[in-house]
Amino acid sequence: MKKLFTTLLGVAALATVSSCSCNNQKTSADGSAREAMELSGAGATFPLPFYNMVFESFSEVNGDKVAYGGIGSGGGVRNLKDGIVDFAGSDAYLTDEEMAEMQPVVHIPTCMGAVVLAYNLPGIENINLAGDVVADIFAGKIRKWNDARIVALNPDVKLPDTEIVPVFRSDGSGTTFVFTDYLSKVSPEWKNTYGAGKSVSFPVGQAAKGNPGVAGIISQTANAIGYIGSEYAFAQRIPYATMKNANGELVKPTAESISAAASGEIPADTRTSITNSNGKGAYPISCFTWILIYREQNYSKRTIEQAQATIDMLNYILDSKTQAMAETVHYAPLPAKAVELSRQNLKSVTFDGKPLTK
Amino acid sequence: MNDKIFKIVLFTAALVIPFICGGIIYSLTIDASDAISHFGFFEFLSSSEWDYTPGKEQYGALPFITGTLLTTLLALLFCIPFSLPVSLFVGEYFKGTRMAEILSTVTDLLAGIPSIIYGLWGFYMLRPIIMALNISPQGSGILTAALVLAIMIVPYAASLSAEFIKMVPSDLKEGAYSLGATRAEVIRHIVFPVAGSGVFSSYILAIGRALGETMTVTMLIGNTNQMPDSLTATGNTMASIIANQFGEADGLKLSALIAIGLLLFCITAIINMIGKVLIKRARIV
Repeated sequence: MKKLFTTLLGVAALATVSSCSCNNQKTSADGSAREAMELSGAGATFPLPFYNMVFESFSEVNGDKVAYGGIGSGGGVRNLKDGIVDFAGSDAYLTDEEMAEMQPVVHIPTCMGAVVLAYNLPGIENINLAGDVVADIFAGKIRKWNDARIVALNPDVKLPDTEIVPVFRSDGSGTTFVFTDYLSKVSPEWKNTYGAGKSVSFPVGQAAKGNPGVAGIISQTANAIGYIGSEYAFAQRIPYATMKNANGELVKPTAESISAAASGEIPADTRTSITNSNGKGAYPISCFTWILIYREQNYSKRTIEQAQATIDMLNYILDSKTQAMAETVHYAPLPAKAVELSRQNLKSVTFDGKPLTK
Repeated sequence: MNDKIFKIVLFTAALVIPFICGGIIYSLTIDASDAISHFGFFEFLSSSEWDYTPGKEQYGALPFITGTLLTTLLALLFCIPFSLPVSLFVGEYFKGTRMAEILSTVTDLLAGIPSIIYGLWGFYMLRPIIMALNISPQGSGILTAALVLAIMIVPYAASLSAEFIKMVPSDLKEGAYSLGATRAEVIRHIVFPVAGSGVFSSYILAIGRALGETMTVTMLIGNTNQMPDSLTATGNTMASIIANQFGEADGLKLSALIAIGLLLFCITAIINMIGKVLIKRARIV
């Protein structure tokens, strides 16, 4: 049964094949020619708009095709565990327990993004929110839009006397992890009752599958509020809240404010949370999004060419030109430090014990 | 010789289906056994906790069993006022006329519409209406899902009932008319008693259809794991919780989802069996 599920997922992942210019021969970075490969990955829907663009241009430049299925971070990690994908996309880094259950995994951050609180209040262009208020909205303690605590943050806005409809994710999601990780940092009560995770038992509201599903519900439901990857709010023109950060500044998610959140220390394996950052002008619900690969690339009968193509793809993503593309779809480029660490980490990736990067 | 080969081919082909069916039950049971033995069968059925927190994982099927039963029963309730008139129209009042033909074709057409389209319609048309009428603030919920389900099962209930109503012997009806009965009286005292169990069985089969409907329900029910506290509340059915969560499920959670699947399989199988038995009885009349 387990096999059947994963096979189905694999098929779903393959179903989203990006277009390509299919030259059969390509020259890799070290000058040796290899066949054009087909890579498959699955996972987070949060960076999907960025990945669609990157993988398309990667296949134009390199000839390798990449099929990425947006099935949620949880599903992506599962697929990697079952060894049916070349890489997994995840907005949540693996916990130590999860790492212990798997073969060694390398985390490569691909870009930074923001989780925004998108809302649907007809006629209201902007609202300000703070972390503790958001936590209480999703905990069901603040039930009306004109609650005194929301009004206090928005003295100039006429908020309606209507019930708030929180919207959350019904599937396992890295976006949920980033959001609840933030709520856990700003609200001890949230931390003790619900905690942070890819799936959290939200007490109120309704749920939908995937970032697009939540965005769809918000845009169709008056008085709704929900958390989604920023690009989904931009693309569907759903208004989103300005957030109060750890320094008390009111910040909109922009490339600068997201980058500002990563100004602190980054550990060597890049597994770090940058929510509620105290960087100046930092957007508080910012995050890295990662691609996860096995350190030992020889699994599930993969070829060395496939492993090489995976490395080429990741190096391509880390390239400054690719990173610059991130801003066009409202993500933020990685800080130089993260790129440097990732290049270092990629060098540790092996095939049959031999490093793939010379 | 030829005959023998034909027989063997036929025999193996006929065996494949029961074999697959048995295989499905077998693998579901094996994979579900983890959760069932961990929580205990009755505890699993009666617990309303669905908690993923590592360390204190607790999976109970009660909210989803409740969600499934509520949506199905409501759908059945809503479907009767539409399907029963249609079956009487087609099977009795306008039997054999062009009008009846058109009506039954249109009704059957409803059965052919893919469920995702019902879901879309429900999401973009019905849900805003529910919100505008102030029935529930979020629009999604058990009631919304049940309303759309009701429309989906109308053709199943209506066309089969119409067949049974058509089968009522005309000498019985003519006898009643000759005694001065009105049309309504004939329907009440002749058609329903004779076709009754057949009509009943067609509704049972319609229930079977509503129980397992996944896509439409997932789009409209709101997908929350709490016990629904009212008919307009959000919830999850057994089918929709599986659709929502199998992707990333692992270990105990996966096993719990499969156990729910097994349960749904059994319930639908039993409902369909009851329907079949009733149809057989109805034919004898």
